[in-house]
Amino acid sequence: MIGNYPLHLIILVLLWGYIYTGWSLMGRLGMVSFGHGAFMGIGAYTVVMLWNHFGVSPWIGALAALALAAAVALMIGYPCFRWRIVGHYFALVTLALSEVTRLVITAMRDQTGGSLGATPNGALTEGATVALGALQFSSKWVWLAIVAAFWLFGLWVWRAVDRGMGRLALQAISEDEEASASVGIHVTRAKLRVTLVSALMTCTGGVLYAQYQLYVNPDTVSGIAISLQMVFGVIAGGMFVMLGPTVGAAFTLLLAEGLRLAFGNRYPALDTTIYGAMLVLFIIFMPKGILGAAASLLRRPRGSP
Amino acid sequence: MEIFDVYLLEAVLNGLLLGGLLALLSLGLNLIFGVIDVVWICYAELIMCGMYAVYYLHVQYHWPLAAAMPAAVLLVAALGVILHQFVIRPVLAAEPINQLLVTGGVLFFLQAAATLAFGVDFKNLGVSLPAVRLGEMSFSAARLIAFGAALTGVVCLYVFLNKTYLGTAIRAISQDRAIMPLMGVSPGRVFTITSALGGALAGVGACLLVLQYDVHPAIGLSFGPITFLICVLGGLGSMTGGLIAAFVFAQFISVGGFFFAIEWGYVIAFAFFIAMMFVRPQGFFKR
Repeated sequence: MIGNYPLHLIILVLLWGYIYTGWSLMGRLGMVSFGHGAFMGIGAYTVVMLWNHFGVSPWIGALAALALAAAVALMIGYPCFRWRIVGHYFALVTLALSEVTRLVITAMRDQTGGSLGATPNGALTEGATVALGALQFSSKWVWLAIVAAFWLFGLWVWRAVDRGMGRLALQAISEDEEASASVGIHVTRAKLRVTLVSALMTCTGGVLYAQYQLYVNPDTVSGIAISLQMVFGVIAGGMFVMLGPTVGAAFTLLLAEGLRLAFGNRYPALDTTIYGAMLVLFIIFMPKGILGAAASLLRRPRGSP
Repeated sequence: MEIFDVYLLEAVLNGLLLGGLLALLSLGLNLIFGVIDVVWICYAELIMCGMYAVYYLHVQYHWPLAAAMPAAVLLVAALGVILHQFVIRPVLAAEPINQLLVTGGVLFFLQAAATLAFGVDFKNLGVSLPAVRLGEMSFSAARLIAFGAALTGVVCLYVFLNKTYLGTAIRAISQDRAIMPLMGVSPGRVFTITSALGGALAGVGACLLVLQYDVHPAIGLSFGPITFLICVLGGLGSMTGGLIAAFVFAQFISVGGFFFAIEWGYVIAFAFFIAMMFVRPQGFFKR
């Protein structure tokens, strides 16, 4: 039997692994988005707000969140791809999107509680461990099963994208947009499709995060900080291998928890300091990430340097 | 004059003052992008370092502000050079997005290191400047000083770039990086000088901000994004575009904040940015 704490860590690794996998679908095909905090925030807040203010079950709320995330993804994605906004510019436009989401949530403080965050109304009655309609479970095992299922689903999506024709098209696009358009690839459509999948995955991640933690805060589910966290978690793990994002999630979480256990709360930001320094070193010396570097080490034929 | 109009006018004028400050903040970032072709995502964190430097030199070590501020400017300039030599230079040949990401790593590092070293509490310089009254309107003197200093900085940079040999070399290298080594200009040296200059501008920004705002480790996140967006809106690398964009943004924030709440001012400004990206992705002025 595993204790609650390791179980909590496993749940978080799988949950973030799922979200990071969703982000990498775009990232590894040349679309580095700094805006995925927006989709996560939409997922988390739509569900909690509908539940708290209108008593709408999170099951329905999740559908509403997905619809909203899809609408936002199309609204930002279509013009970006149509008018060839790539590289730096794409990163900065999406960064603006994630800040807009955070600021809107903060500004609607009468409904959302502003930067103090919000807690979904409890639905678990005395003695009950499951409130299915409210998507609230007190047992961590139930959550483990849920996030594990989503994580596996994320890996399946990755594989499906990887094996489809769309991946080849997108890879061609990320190398040279004009040339791939000239051989008959519909650039905008190909990019929009993968963006939509990626945004919806991140949105469901936000829903799960809100229902698991039973607390949402604009600064921890949306905005530039969380968007950068996703990007860098993926870079640490490696975005070109299927398990890379999960390794990144595990690595960052275990680093934080390990240092917390070793030093207690004496040095509150030590983990991020080390993490930041390591990121810089990673990008300079190991741009493929931990798993990517390990994979190319294994693939190298014996005897060669 | 109607009382309503007085407050609106005050909001517009305050927006103008804010615009000056934002213009100065975006200037260094723009210079670095124009010359080295790299966006320092951690630019606002360099400013934070400068703010802490002024705070500690003035409050802890009792230096007069007239000494603490130049020292902070020099320190941030040195940080800029260190950043360029040890972080940017190794990835100059890599994919452009890696250069963006590597400075993002520096952002995390600086922010966390500041938390570790200085704690999360807000630190106030303890210098309170009087409000300046103009008819029924009042303006903070710190903002007026910031506006004046920002304009001076813009003019100085303009003169430096256009009237000196070094400035000409910097402009030349931003126009054609391949040909300049053949003309006897060493790109490495120009890059180092530009990084120092960009850092120094961040330092000046820090001195002006520390008069108005409390320092805390996450302060970079509150005005970092807006600084990049101004540069992009103006056209990355275009100084004139950056200036205009700064004033446009500041008006949205100030007047939008006047009609609704301050966050809505930012929301409107950011939404305007996104819309403009679709209309004119290259910014107001293409380099």
